[in-house]
Amino acid sequence: MWIFDRDLWSEIFATLGKNLFRTFLTMLGVIIAMIILVLLLGGANGMSNGFQKIFAGTASNSLFVWSQSTSEPYKGFERGRRIQFKLEDATILKEQIPEIEVLAPRIELGSHRGVVTVYRKGLTSGSAVYGDYPNIDDIMKKKLVEGRFLNENDMTKSKKVCVIGEETYKLLFEKGENAIGEDVRINGVFFNIVGIYKPNQNINIDGENSVYIPFSTFQKAFGSGDRMGWMAISVQSDTKVPVVESQIKRLLKNKYDINPIDERAIGSFDMSEVFNNVSAFTGVLQGVSFFVGILTLLAGVIAISNILLITVKERTKEIGIRRALGATPKVVKRQIVLESIVITVFAGFVGFAIAVGFLAIANNMIGENSDMPFYNLMINIPQFLGSFILMVGLSVLIGLIPANRAVRIKPIDALREE
Amino acid sequence: MIQIKDLHKSYKMGKNSLHVLKGINFNVEEGELVAIMGSSGSGKSTLLNILGMLDSSDSGAYILDNVPIKDLNETKAARYRNKFLGFVFQSFNLINYKSAAENVALPLYYQKVPRKERQEKALKYLEQVGLKEWAGHLPSELSGGQKQRVAIARALAAEPKVLLADEPTGALDSKTSYEVMDLIQKINDAGNTILIVTHEPDIADMCKRIVHLKDGVIIEDKKIEQVRAEQYV
Repeated sequence: MWIFDRDLWSEIFATLGKNLFRTFLTMLGVIIAMIILVLLLGGANGMSNGFQKIFAGTASNSLFVWSQSTSEPYKGFERGRRIQFKLEDATILKEQIPEIEVLAPRIELGSHRGVVTVYRKGLTSGSAVYGDYPNIDDIMKKKLVEGRFLNENDMTKSKKVCVIGEETYKLLFEKGENAIGEDVRINGVFFNIVGIYKPNQNINIDGENSVYIPFSTFQKAFGSGDRMGWMAISVQSDTKVPVVESQIKRLLKNKYDINPIDERAIGSFDMSEVFNNVSAFTGVLQGVSFFVGILTLLAGVIAISNILLITVKERTKEIGIRRALGATPKVVKRQIVLESIVITVFAGFVGFAIAVGFLAIANNMIGENSDMPFYNLMINIPQFLGSFILMVGLSVLIGLIPANRAVRIKPIDALREE
Repeated sequence: MIQIKDLHKSYKMGKNSLHVLKGINFNVEEGELVAIMGSSGSGKSTLLNILGMLDSSDSGAYILDNVPIKDLNETKAARYRNKFLGFVFQSFNLINYKSAAENVALPLYYQKVPRKERQEKALKYLEQVGLKEWAGHLPSELSGGQKQRVAIARALAAEPKVLLADEPTGALDSKTSYEVMDLIQKINDAGNTILIVTHEPDIADMCKRIVHLKDGVIIEDKKIEQVRAEQYV
């Protein structure tokens, strides 16, 4: 294979090495272009990773449904009627809409987003108190600092246990004090702490200062009967959330005699929309980065072509001698194109190494626990291969310009005595 | 070895056409040492370029070693040059960043001769021109005469049918010129066919035959008694 021909390579390195400073200057354009490309891509990837980290633990194909007051009169009911979900709604929905994967009913103590005073040995905390099914953890994963989350056993036995937020812990306990197994008092009822969770930094639906108790315990302790506050629902991964959302609403509207055109009576929040927006945003960002980077790279490679053109001009005589000695146009062409590739690829690798170094430093500075949506800034293998192949492709195309110029040199013109 | 019949060549200079070669006929046998003489503008360089396949004729036939040379594209011309011809130029035309041995080995590289064999051959031909010790030197470290000897070694390395020399002594003083001519004579003695373009009568006298060109035609073609260059060295 000619590509392994030692002489070919020594020819190429001899010509490149003949003018090291110029070769270096030529490479500088591609080095900088590669740095820009990798930094842009790395930054965009870092942002994508950062958002993914923020959303970690929240099922992306999920929605939340809650009840509000009607805004339209219907079937003899006045507008402004307060809708109250019942626990049976959860069963009905789950039965009638097979696309629902997990449905976690929840009830809140006090009014919506209200706080309740939680007591412990003279310390108090104004916390949100939720009655939850353990499967809520499948939709919004709680990061536990200590202990465990609620489980089925707690539910069936209606145990008086609770999981508290880190913020709640800080208000009710001294620093470093053991909380697991301790009791807190809510509305006169004592609950045993089984776990402490850490709030998810950025997606905060429940708040940091909250207390979770089993739904069944809630019903008994606070006499909530079959009432239900809201539902966290995740849908099958192959189903679109808005489709299920409208199905749920239609069903509930029918059940509670709500005017089908009433937009206000049942509130909902589609998590997937947020996810889609964010991934669309980071996707566009990655695309733009790639585009800008590639254009910069193109500019760098064109600079190489330019210098090679000058070099060919300077080497007219040498090329003429080679042609007279029997170098075919193909051989001459191949040498110039290979020179272009060698400079480009080498410069590309240098730029790549520098940029990866920068990214590593940036990663180090940002660290694991940052509020910024930046995490693990790095380019991935397909991106690296993509830009590498593109770079080689460009260098071949661009190298053909000086190569064709070199081929057009006629030995007779090159050797003509001045 | 070389047969040329009714060769014509003209160059377009703006509106005017310059008729440089006006029907050249001559043959060269194997082992000849021919001097092509003529003043500048006589067409001798054009003739040499056509013989060297660096240029093409407008009409007429050119047969080299029984191979008709016509309709050459660049690639074919390069192959034929490499196979049939060795060039020696007035200004040596060595590649300045390659050592003497590398310069000599270059035509062999284009013949795809293996590396080791190439190096051996390069040294062999450098030895033949008396420059074996200078094999690793760059052209800039050599004198004019030495450079021309390296160029001759390079022309010989490909073992061509015909050696074409364009004013090989044009850039050398007379003593060095005679040394180079002595070398050329010895190569000719070994049986090589050599054509030399020159305008120096003393150089032409060292050949075996003189072809005199004037205004694009051969005005004289005579065999002579060769003057040996040895006696002047």
